[in-house]
Amino acid sequence: MECQFGLSGNGYVLLAASTTAVRSIVKMKHDQDNIKVLGPQLIMSYSGEPGDTIQFAEYIERNIRLYQIRNFHALRPSSAASWLRRQLADSLRSRNPYAVNILLGGYDNATSKPHLYWMDYLGTLTNQPYAAQGYGSYFVLSLLDRYHNPEASLEEGLETLRRCIDEVEKRLVVSQGKYIVKVVDKDGVRVIEL
Amino acid sequence: MQYNGGSIVAMVGKNCVAIASDLRLGNQALTIATDFEKVFPITDRIYLGMAGLATDVLTLRERFRFRVNMYSIKEEREIEPKTLAQLVSSTLYERRFGPYFIEPIIAGLTDSSKGSQPFIASADLIGCLNFAKDFVVVGTAEDKLLGVAEGLWEPDLEPEDLFETISQTLLNAVDRDAFSGWGAVVHVITPDKVITRTLKGRMD
Repeated sequence: MECQFGLSGNGYVLLAASTTAVRSIVKMKHDQDNIKVLGPQLIMSYSGEPGDTIQFAEYIERNIRLYQIRNFHALRPSSAASWLRRQLADSLRSRNPYAVNILLGGYDNATSKPHLYWMDYLGTLTNQPYAAQGYGSYFVLSLLDRYHNPEASLEEGLETLRRCIDEVEKRLVVSQGKYIVKVVDKDGVRVIEL
Repeated sequence: MQYNGGSIVAMVGKNCVAIASDLRLGNQALTIATDFEKVFPITDRIYLGMAGLATDVLTLRERFRFRVNMYSIKEEREIEPKTLAQLVSSTLYERRFGPYFIEPIIAGLTDSSKGSQPFIASADLIGCLNFAKDFVVVGTAEDKLLGVAEGLWEPDLEPEDLFETISQTLLNAVDRDAFSGWGAVVHVITPDKVITRTLKGRMD
């Protein structure tokens, strides 16, 4: 029931994830942060099987951190995405696979370009200008097809993001509650209040 | 096999081969990406295409790159298309009872010192090879592709004519398939160069 989406613009990537934790028909939590900060310029939002998500996200978080400590520099977005995909792909054919869907946003300082990756629990990886997961994706993707602009400023990007959130709120039977929004750009990662 | 969608076709011409794929990546009926390539260069005259489960396409691309590199280092020469076909077959059969869900196509030219013969082959998901003299098809539109190719293909086509034939075959077949489409990429391999073109199709 969770919903997450992301979009890139002129020098930034925005990720938004719903903060409601649901179990069966009950809302258990209204302030869950499903976007992890993996590095100075790398963020990851996740959804899926409740136990798996946190376990997997923390595993990823610590290993990316370990790489940074060992090598004195952070993994670039494309490398992080490839490594993450491999973890999921290997997990898929193990005895108990993680059921976690991921959006990875990062800013590559070497090329000064933002990157957004869509990844599902099977380990399908693709680099996209905008992406969505969960039931919300059925409404949000068509909206982004129409309104996404790769050259949009942060304000324009946030405007598009608000449109997406409003549309999900309007059309989806279950309300998603509040969203947490994080942006990554040349200055690093920030939380944005909509 | 139907989960992500996608189709590939390869054809033999006169001293050349062509391989083409669509560009869609879906989740069942929902299209996720329209720039997902399924055909990869193995050497500069051999291309390998994989249709099926996208995660396995990506995993096997890495795995084949590793195995082909190991071959080149051990043998100190480039791999031949028919050797690659056997390598692909045995890699897939290794997972006989828990397979990778992909169907591969190999298209390439044999070593120029031995006359640069065109070569195509396909296999099923557990590595049963099919060496064809005319064309091979795999993917969600394989039934349609087979029909169109049967009607359009003729022997000894020159590179430009082969390009036209394979492009029309693919484009017209994927238009009748809900899981394939969103444009195509075509590689025509000739003894002195590879011509790669990206096509637009019915973008819906």
